[in-house]
Amino acid sequence: MEHNSESRQDRVRLCQRCETRPASVHVGTIVNGEKFDRFLCEECAREEGAYHFMLIPQFTIQHVLGGLIGSTPGGQPKQAVVDETCPVCGYSYQKFAETGRLGCDHCYEAFHEELEPLVKRLHGSVEHHGKVPKRSGENILHERTLKELRHKMQEAIAKEAFEEAAKWRDEIRALEGQQTGRSQ
Amino acid sequence: MIQPFSEWMQAKGPDADIVLSSRIRLARNLKDMVFPNQLNDQVALEMLNRIEEAIKSMGPSWNIRFTKLDNLSPIQRQVLVEKHLISPALIEEPVKYKAVAVDEHESISIMVNEEDHLRIQILLSGLQLQEVWTIVNQLDDALEQHLDYAYDNHSGYLTACPTNIGTAMRASVMVHLPALVLTRQASQVFTTLAQIGMVVRGLYGEGSDAVGNIFQISNQVSLGLSEEEFIHNLATVTQQIVGRERHARQYLQNNAGIVLADRVERAWGLLTHARIMSSEEALRLLSEVKLGQDLGLLPQTDSTFTQLTLYTRPGFLQAQAGHELQAAERDQMRAQFLREKLRGKSES
Repeated sequence: MEHNSESRQDRVRLCQRCETRPASVHVGTIVNGEKFDRFLCEECAREEGAYHFMLIPQFTIQHVLGGLIGSTPGGQPKQAVVDETCPVCGYSYQKFAETGRLGCDHCYEAFHEELEPLVKRLHGSVEHHGKVPKRSGENILHERTLKELRHKMQEAIAKEAFEEAAKWRDEIRALEGQQTGRSQ
Repeated sequence: MIQPFSEWMQAKGPDADIVLSSRIRLARNLKDMVFPNQLNDQVALEMLNRIEEAIKSMGPSWNIRFTKLDNLSPIQRQVLVEKHLISPALIEEPVKYKAVAVDEHESISIMVNEEDHLRIQILLSGLQLQEVWTIVNQLDDALEQHLDYAYDNHSGYLTACPTNIGTAMRASVMVHLPALVLTRQASQVFTTLAQIGMVVRGLYGEGSDAVGNIFQISNQVSLGLSEEEFIHNLATVTQQIVGRERHARQYLQNNAGIVLADRVERAWGLLTHARIMSSEEALRLLSEVKLGQDLGLLPQTDSTFTQLTLYTRPGFLQAQAGHELQAAERDQMRAQFLREKLRGKSES
């Protein structure tokens, strides 16, 4: 172990302006014949205008996403669905491809077909196994049960089993009553 | 936001000498509302009021104070970033419709209108991910009593960026690993972590480097497992890393004791005598002093390592000084503060 000559790894230079991000840009200025060296991060260099002549694209999650969106593994590059927009917020798919951000919660439904394979590639899965919202989650569960009961009632009516249908109807009413009781 | 330090900086809790903090952040959005990047003035204001109302309705036991970013000076905002209570993205202009809610211990923080409508965070010291999850889960339930979240049965919590959907959770630990870096094992450990879906970042999150041998380890993926499973994985991995770090420290003491002692004493010498100190040099030396203290080679100080690292930060220094400081002034102020803190003199 040598202690006088620091390894490069140990000496990460921080930006001299924000002192938070690592310095990646060396800005040399000559004032009255004297040379000043400053080491800045990309953001600060851009803010100070040291960057205006060379637009170096950043490598961020948006850009990586943008790349992932346009491609399918092993297949032909997929034609971006340029015209598609979210019917609720009006956000375009094109904009998502550029920024990696969606416009609203309904965009997930609007761009479902394009998003599903992307989500799979990002997470290795498409199905949520975690928490369900405590309050609205109860409603979600209720709605699911109601839907099933209505389906059963319709089936019973179809085979003219009216007694059975009435039983389902009563259960549906009871459940609906609970729900209005809760939302008050 | 009155006291200089947060409670989590007291370095208490399991393995707190190596695990500086445990943190969990949940992203939440309101149903049928455009995400923050699409908000217009009117909707943004309505949204901000709704969230403020919800936070206030949670009851006094949470003791959370809601503050619009507009009402904080740029230095105050920066200090919040340096204390890890908010992200650098929150203080990016325009801040007009952004807010933060923090509790008196500064272990709870809720960011409003960052990338998502809500980013709910709990921060504790030491390896306490389970405890953090219990609190953040309760806080999330309490907020949800007053707000309708964007949630889908199949995809989970919906977020502005698809990289966060599902649990919309990021659990992370901040660890100090000087011996793994010295013995050149750190990069190998991190490569392995990447293979099991963990990300390693520097002190200030995305895009920051590991100055002062401080690393943040977090889950990369947020969908497909339950919150408990993600947390369990991170906690297990962290325990292993802590074990490796302790082992490496033991190895260094046994095989290079004198070199190690020389190194940490030199760091101590510089910090207690230097008059000009850049933030990177200060962080590097503080890391070595911390290692020396952990191994009993150097005296303990009243301030914890995390508290001392705050004195290297530009925003915190300016807040302590009470006025703006130029870079050269900061370097002197930093050296002075650290000299006093390490020598045990009271603040002048």
